[in-house]
Amino acid sequence: MISRREFMQASLATSALMTGSGLGNWSRAMAQQALTQDQLLQFDDFGNLTLIHVTDTHAHLRPIYFREPDTNIGVGEAAGRVPHIVGEEFQRMFGIAPGSPEAYALTYPDFVDLAKAYGRMGGFDRIATVVKSIRSARPDSLLLDGGDTWQGSYTSYQTRGEDMVRAMNLLGVDAMTSHWEFTYGTDRVHELIGMMDQPFLGANIFDVEWDEPAFEPYEIFERGGMQIAVIGQAFPYLPIANPRWMFPEYSFGIREERMRSVVNEVREKGVDLVVVLSHNGFDVDHKMAGRVEGIDVILSGHTHDAIPEPVLVGETIIIASGSHGKFVSRVDLDVRDGRMMGFRHKLIPIFSDVIEPDAEMNELIEEVRAPHKEVLEEVVGQTEDLLYRRGNFNGSWDDVICDALLAERDAEIALSPGVRWGASVLPGDITMEDIHSVTSMTYGQAYRTEMSGEMLKTVMEDVADNIFNPDPYYQQGGDMVRVGGLGYTIDIHAPMGSRISDLTLLRDGSAIEPGRDYVIAGWASVNEGTEGPQIWDVVADHIRNHGTVGAHDASPITVKQ
Amino acid sequence: MNLTRRSALAIGAGAIVVTMLPLGARADLSDDAQALVDEFAGGAELSEGGVTLTAPEIAENGNTVPISVDAPGAESILVLALGNPVPGVAEFKFGPLAGAQKASTRIRLMETQDLLVLAKMDDGSVKTARAEVKVTIGGCGG
Repeated sequence: MISRREFMQASLATSALMTGSGLGNWSRAMAQQALTQDQLLQFDDFGNLTLIHVTDTHAHLRPIYFREPDTNIGVGEAAGRVPHIVGEEFQRMFGIAPGSPEAYALTYPDFVDLAKAYGRMGGFDRIATVVKSIRSARPDSLLLDGGDTWQGSYTSYQTRGEDMVRAMNLLGVDAMTSHWEFTYGTDRVHELIGMMDQPFLGANIFDVEWDEPAFEPYEIFERGGMQIAVIGQAFPYLPIANPRWMFPEYSFGIREERMRSVVNEVREKGVDLVVVLSHNGFDVDHKMAGRVEGIDVILSGHTHDAIPEPVLVGETIIIASGSHGKFVSRVDLDVRDGRMMGFRHKLIPIFSDVIEPDAEMNELIEEVRAPHKEVLEEVVGQTEDLLYRRGNFNGSWDDVICDALLAERDAEIALSPGVRWGASVLPGDITMEDIHSVTSMTYGQAYRTEMSGEMLKTVMEDVADNIFNPDPYYQQGGDMVRVGGLGYTIDIHAPMGSRISDLTLLRDGSAIEPGRDYVIAGWASVNEGTEGPQIWDVVADHIRNHGTVGAHDASPITVKQ
Repeated sequence: MNLTRRSALAIGAGAIVVTMLPLGARADLSDDAQALVDEFAGGAELSEGGVTLTAPEIAENGNTVPISVDAPGAESILVLALGNPVPGVAEFKFGPLAGAQKASTRIRLMETQDLLVLAKMDDGSVKTARAEVKVTIGGCGG
């Protein structure tokens, strides 16, 4: 975390080093009850190059509600710094007034009330308006997509990612990197790359057999007489967090040495600026920025953090642009003599009721949705409470999904993946589109199996260490596996293998016995050949059977930190 | 007793005999691994640096983990997987005409563990590097 004061003291360059956080602007505007598109887009042009960053949209073409986390625990050096600051503390850190539009966009308190006041966020037609506006002011710009673009909605599942490739082509994206893209399988990835107008970059993607680079590592763009290198860094733990059998040809990994050599390679070619388009996750990027020399800007994705100011590590700035299309980052740079001499930044909130939809993009979105309208708009049931997912432990949406697994698959314990994607649903109707937003994937089979108490603990310890290992290079960037029918205590800072205790079967309050087998239902298994109904059908059936669902009163998870 | 890594280090620092042991001879080395280290080093003092070990932080497949070692000026490099039932993995020997003293291979790791590499240099000194490789179940990231 870098404060405004530290910004001014930073010795990045001799010329003006400026922070252009636009927060103050939209605050004042709301006080006057008149947030306008011009105010959201207001930006005093700076320097000679503009980077525009979108990431982790998870195929959400239309505006959504998305509640930011109430729990995002930082471990090791990351403890107490962004993005591991939430709620009121986040508001205080960035001078955000409770109840303001930025409080709604960036934090969770009073979410339902503020959502009703400020409306949905995101939408590719609104993003297109913002991008066009920035480009008209700044012809020398690059639009970069951090990945997790092709997966996450009913239409992306039905078109196997093609709707998103078309949207990104229309938006005029200059380059992208990847993560969930690979869950369509190797062949489909290459088909879609064939349809793309932009390079698919990944310096850390290697061929398994020969251990050689398998994708373009970087692209050098010419803008305003400058050479700008954009290096792609795909999600390092794809074959571990997602089904390896879907893309067995490729190996990933952080590969810090590789990043170092690629940065050196482009520097030797004499580029003026080095940008890393990253799907590492924020804490991994923070560590990498401190260990790999020569990176000017890291556009950070994967962990879905929306941070209103750049984070400075040495002479590298890290930009985190949120998820689900809620934000677009604009970064103006002053690049001279092969150096970044200064920057100005704004995390632009995409308030869908304020920003005019772009007609051309709107037409594409309508075309994509038209054949599926009946499914998308089907009202499956109602919710009494806000349904959300994001946070280190079960959200209310996860509880509904786990309840569905327990009931529909007749299990004692339910497990649901700790992914960070999926839109929130306000009290009221739940549509099939809402269900797909939190479940859509190419390996959604809801399995039913038996697992010993000992194995269950091993799985949970393993996942906990993937999130709370004090060394970011050992973190995979998701959240804790969601559980149903099971209570436990987690000691965040204990070593691997001793974080989880007090495992309890909620059905009868008994302690989980290591030697007993339990009936487990779950989904999103990484194992090939997993059988079962699709999770979205399981959830829809459950909601239809009950008519109305809601949040649980109390959590059976105790967190020690 | 709940012995954390921090308290283990504190205990170690207090015990002079531990700090006098050469690098690589940490308490967590099994007898088999220690014997291999002793035999390879032949009494030479161990020091960190001078050898680079490249390994994934988390293995994608514990059955075939790609690693590489690089020690300019080395005569031989020993690779140990400290958590395997048989810790000795490989020893690479380089003749005087070798263009580079580096090697790549794939190894099998039974569980999360440290790799330890030792490089015997032409002046008789022995350099070491160490890295943890996690072998994980996976499946919930994103």
